Amino acid sequence: MALADNRQVAAPDSGAATPAIVVRDLVKTFDQVQAVRGVTFEVATGEVFGFLGPNGAGKTTTINMLCTLAKPTAGEARVAGHDAVTERDDVRRNIGLVFQDPTLDGYLTAEQNLRLHAELYGVQSDLVMPRMQQVMEMVGLWERRDHVVGTFSGGMRRRLEIARGLMHSPRVLFLDEPTIGLDPQTRRSIWSYIRELKEREEITIFMTTHYMDEAEWCDRIAIMDHGEIVALDSPETLKAGVGKDRVVIHTDDNDAAIAALRETFEIEAGVSEGAVTFGVDSGEEFVPRLFAELGIPIRAVSVSRPTLDDVFMSYTGTTIRDAEEDGTKHRNRVMMQMMSGGRR
Amino acid sequence: MSTTTDRAETATTGAPRPPVVRVSVPQRSFNSELRAIKIVWRRELIRYRSDRLRMITTLVQPLLFLFVLGSGLQRLSSGGTHGVNLKTFIYPGILCIVVLFTAMFSAASIVWDREFGFLREMMVAPVRRSSIVIGKCIGGASVAAIQGVVMIILAPVVHVPYNVVMIIEVFLLQLLLAFTITAFGVMIAVRIKQMQSFMGVMQMIVTPMFFISGALFPAAGLPGWLTVLNRLDPLTYAVDPMRRIVFSHLSISLLAKRALDPGITWFGWHVPTLVEVAIVAAMGLAMLGVAIWEFSATE
Repeated sequence: MALADNRQVAAPDSGAATPAIVVRDLVKTFDQVQAVRGVTFEVATGEVFGFLGPNGAGKTTTINMLCTLAKPTAGEARVAGHDAVTERDDVRRNIGLVFQDPTLDGYLTAEQNLRLHAELYGVQSDLVMPRMQQVMEMVGLWERRDHVVGTFSGGMRRRLEIARGLMHSPRVLFLDEPTIGLDPQTRRSIWSYIRELKEREEITIFMTTHYMDEAEWCDRIAIMDHGEIVALDSPETLKAGVGKDRVVIHTDDNDAAIAALRETFEIEAGVSEGAVTFGVDSGEEFVPRLFAELGIPIRAVSVSRPTLDDVFMSYTGTTIRDAEEDGTKHRNRVMMQMMSGGRR
Repeated sequence: MSTTTDRAETATTGAPRPPVVRVSVPQRSFNSELRAIKIVWRRELIRYRSDRLRMITTLVQPLLFLFVLGSGLQRLSSGGTHGVNLKTFIYPGILCIVVLFTAMFSAASIVWDREFGFLREMMVAPVRRSSIVIGKCIGGASVAAIQGVVMIILAPVVHVPYNVVMIIEVFLLQLLLAFTITAFGVMIAVRIKQMQSFMGVMQMIVTPMFFISGALFPAAGLPGWLTVLNRLDPLTYAVDPMRRIVFSHLSISLLAKRALDPGITWFGWHVPTLVEVAIVAAMGLAMLGVAIWEFSATE
């Protein structure tokens, strides 16, 4: 008991001094495929840090290495001040996890699930009930504590998992796609819990998502593509960095339009969802020139302020949706490269 | 859905908030491992209690063997049983197989947990993998022993009068067997990813084990090949002492006793009851060891 109390006092101090997560040159190779190709980043204590990228970009693999579920092939990861490989238990004591796939026992009640968690983590017996009430109230499930989890909807289960992940007051909470497959309303409520959580507890939140609108909520985001981090900053800075308005034009001949844009305006355009897309400093002023000088019939045009989608596009050359569709193709390509001893 | 969300909203935005209850996770210790073992064990019991269907389904087969086979073959076998009812003879074997079936079913929950994701929750907890395996095995053993008690209660129906010493001895042996079988089941279950495959493997192992064990026939004067298989079957060393326990409390002729409870011999050497029990215990511990080792090796 005395030992536990010491830790309670010591934890916030050491937490403030060291970053919550330090990752250096982290690599994970499965057979021939490099799922994570040497990523390096730090997450400060108290931050909401988002990993953004299409499915298959290596987000889950990275998160698994951080929470000691997978051993890195190379590189180093420190979480809550402990090495994820050599101090596995210390990392585990200090992190909460919400996985992409549900990990609740559907035969037990909500309370039994949380109690089981508290017992596995060795939470002081007299604090189990008050803590349980707190985390369950936060996600609005306290009244439902006696219900069997098997009767819960998908959104309720996810909320219960978040509550469970918080049962032992972790210093870092990992959320792997916490809102995937949920309806917009439930997604919103989950985000309000996460924001409230950040206000109330000294906690660092590390999450992955492939929803652009959700990434806006993060303090900082890392864009991951093909196993590498291609950009890392606050959403505002990233958007400012793109600094351009997004122009989308529909033409009958996209290739000709791209060629013409390159020749006439020295603009590199890409194709996204069947339309030619590119960035310019001031869209409204550019459009008249476009019509006058391009020399290729334009059927429709739209101009928009930069979004994270554009940030993603500017760093990866594709929209996240197209990247998703390409995911399987990419994996095959990587495999081919690996086998033929290619690029990397 | 919407009502619960609304409630959550009012709960979070209303009235002044109580201070955050901060808890801390202590360093791993002997006590924390004991707590983990206890909660894994308790989970097995909670699940058993809520699964009434399992209580019944695991009893159906043993009861069929006892009453249908026992009654049906009674007339055919009456010459060889020296006046003892066939059901009475089969009864000790049934006391073992009810444990066998239930314990295997309990072990299956590891595969189940893996399929439904819950295993991950336990795998990432800051406890030893061995604590999880031990908790599972004790849990499975408890559930199987409870099912065994149902069978013990049926004793008078098959002409075995209640006797306190007998009941205690039977119960303890059932508990030991249940532990060994659960360890055996867990050892297999850890390697298997899908419930369907586990059920298949289980059928392949459990049915022969039960048939060969001598639960339904005396293990003496068998053809050579069957004798060899019988002596290799671990269940044999639980069925034989079980029969001795039950028969020692029956008032039947010495001739009948000798014919129906011949004991197990190795190359003519009569294996003592305690050695048989020790074999069951040793196997249980060995398989628990293998299960822990396997479980710890999975990432």
